[in-house]
Formats: sequence, structure tokens, C-alpha cells
Amino acid sequence: MKIVKIIAWIALVAFVVIQFFPVDYNQSETVPQTDFMLVNNVPATVEQSLQVSCYDCHSNNTDYPWYSKVQPSSWYLEHHIKEGKAELNFNEWGNLSDRRKNSKLRSIINQIEDGEMPLDSYTLIHRDAIFSEANKTAVIDYMNKLKDSLE
Amino acid sequence: MKTVKRTIGTMALATVVMVTVSCKDGNKNEPAKPMSNEIHQEKMDDKEDMAMDNSQDAKAEAILKDYFNLKDALVNDDNSKAKELGNTLAQSLKSFDASSYSDSEQNELNDIIEDATEHAEHIGESDIAHQREHFKTLSKDMTDMVAITGTSMTIYEQYCPMYDNNKGGAWLSMNEEIRNPYFGAQMLKCGKVQREIN
Repeated sequence: MKIVKIIAWIALVAFVVIQFFPVDYNQSETVPQTDFMLVNNVPATVEQSLQVSCYDCHSNNTDYPWYSKVQPSSWYLEHHIKEGKAELNFNEWGNLSDRRKNSKLRSIINQIEDGEMPLDSYTLIHRDAIFSEANKTAVIDYMNKLKDSLE
Repeated sequence: MKTVKRTIGTMALATVVMVTVSCKDGNKNEPAKPMSNEIHQEKMDDKEDMAMDNSQDAKAEAILKDYFNLKDALVNDDNSKAKELGNTLAQSLKSFDASSYSDSEQNELNDIIEDATEHAEHIGESDIAHQREHFKTLSKDMTDMVAITGTSMTIYEQYCPMYDNNKGGAWLSMNEEIRNPYFGAQMLKCGKVQREIN
């Protein structure tokens, strides 16, 4: 019993201690001119889908949930957002060359078609980020159209 | 006594947590990788000196060689080999130096290399279906690169109209004979020579 108590104390102290470690929050007030929505003429429904399902990890501004204030979940989120932005940042779309856009669009289409994006770990809590069949088709059709216009 | 032990234990744990965190930050920088990159680059530079003129072509040629090896792994349906060769290709691409080309060629080349590197890296960590998807775009990048750098090899641009839901897919090969990297054993000889480079 004593051991259990000690472990519980240790865990509690550790939990408190890690709360003091700083986190880089991914937040920005301004939307740059290079944003996907500003560069392209995106239909409202597609824009809505992308904002809700993709922009949290693929832009410079995350709409943080309450648990992002609590460690260690903030580290987990920080890591995911960093990775997501490295792969694709919708805010910087206009900076990409046609070749890069083409490659990115290809990946976007494939990942959504295969159901790899949005991530399961993300939709577990963000239920509204799950694409409905209609939204999924609309997004993929739009991305395909955009891709064809580049080729 | 017990309280003292407990306090010490707790402090020790806090230290462990802090150390773990700082280690995590340290790992992010990973100084080892860029270093091995430099070594690679030096080796390449040696070769370049020996080749005297046409120094850039030597590097483009090394990239093409890696690409052809990767293609062969896909022809053989060898997922793990393709992963390995994808990473090798990514390294060669990163060591490419476009500085001796004109400004507009440099822009184009750097763009191609950046794109190709991303595809090569993804090939390094994907299943074979994804590897082939990336290989299609990678092949386009390689074709565009050769158009600028040129090559001393004779290369065949080949094409299979059935790949990617009949949208088709092209690739480069050193052999005229068709060996399909998109289907492998399933349809080894599907395709035709579209163009001969050199």
C-alpha cells in the first residue's frame, strides 16, 4: 500500500512540475496574402470543410481546445502541429511553385481519399472535423480541378 | 525518515523529468545527420574535380543512377529495398549544387530538387502503392532535371497508359526493353518507349 501511495505522490508532483514547461502556441492574428483561400477562388462549402478539418494543423493559427493548456497534452499537440505545417501550410500556398502545388495537391487528394487525413487521433475529439461523404467529394473534386488547371 | 526519503524520491523524479525534456529538445537538432551529409558532399566534390569540366553532370548522373536503382526495386515489387533506395536518392538530391547554372536554370533546378527530395523521402517510409504514386511525380521531376542538366547516358522515356486509373504514368530507364515499375510482376511488360533522350 505504501508503495502505491508513494508512486501516486510522485506522479502528482511530476504532473505539477511539467505544467511549468513553456509551450509554443501556434497562433496568428493575420492571414497572409499567400493563403490558399485568398490565392484561389474556393467555393464556400469547400472553404468551410478545409477550415474545420485541416487548418488546425496546416496553418499558422490553431483553434486550441481546453486541454491544450494542460501538459503533457500540449506537447503532443505541439508536435503534431509542427509536423503538419512542415508537410503543408495552407497559409503559405501562394509561395509554392506550380510544381510544388501539383505535388501537394496530389498528396491532399490521396490522403483524403484514403481516409488518412484528418488523423483519427484528431477526429476522436474534433467530431465535426470528420468529412461527410458529400464534403469529401466536394473537396476532392475541387482539388482535382485545381490540379488540372495547373498542368 | 520516511518523509525525507519521499521528498528525495520526488526531487529525483522531477530531475529525471527535466532531463528528459531537455533531451527531447536536444534530439530535435540532430547534428549527426547534416555532418554525414557534408562528408557525402566532399566525396562528391572529389569526383567533380576528377571529372574536371562537366562537373554538374557528374552529380546529376549520380542522382539518375539512384533513381534507376529505385525504379528496379519497384519493378521487383520490393518494398523494403525501395524504401532504402528512396532514402539514398534523397541524400544525393540534397547534395546537388546548382550554382554553375544560369539564374533561371538554378531556380528551376532548385524547385525540381526540392520537389523530388520530398517524393524520395516519402518513398523511404511508405507502402508500395504509395511509393509508386510518388514515383510517378518523381519521374516527371527527373525528366525535367535531365532536360536542363543533360546526360551522357542514353535514356528511354517509357509510358504505361494503364497506371493511375488509366491516367497513365511515365518513367525513365536505361534499357529499351520495358520493365514496368508501376505494376511489377502483375504487368511487367505493359508500356512502350515514348522518347529517346540522347
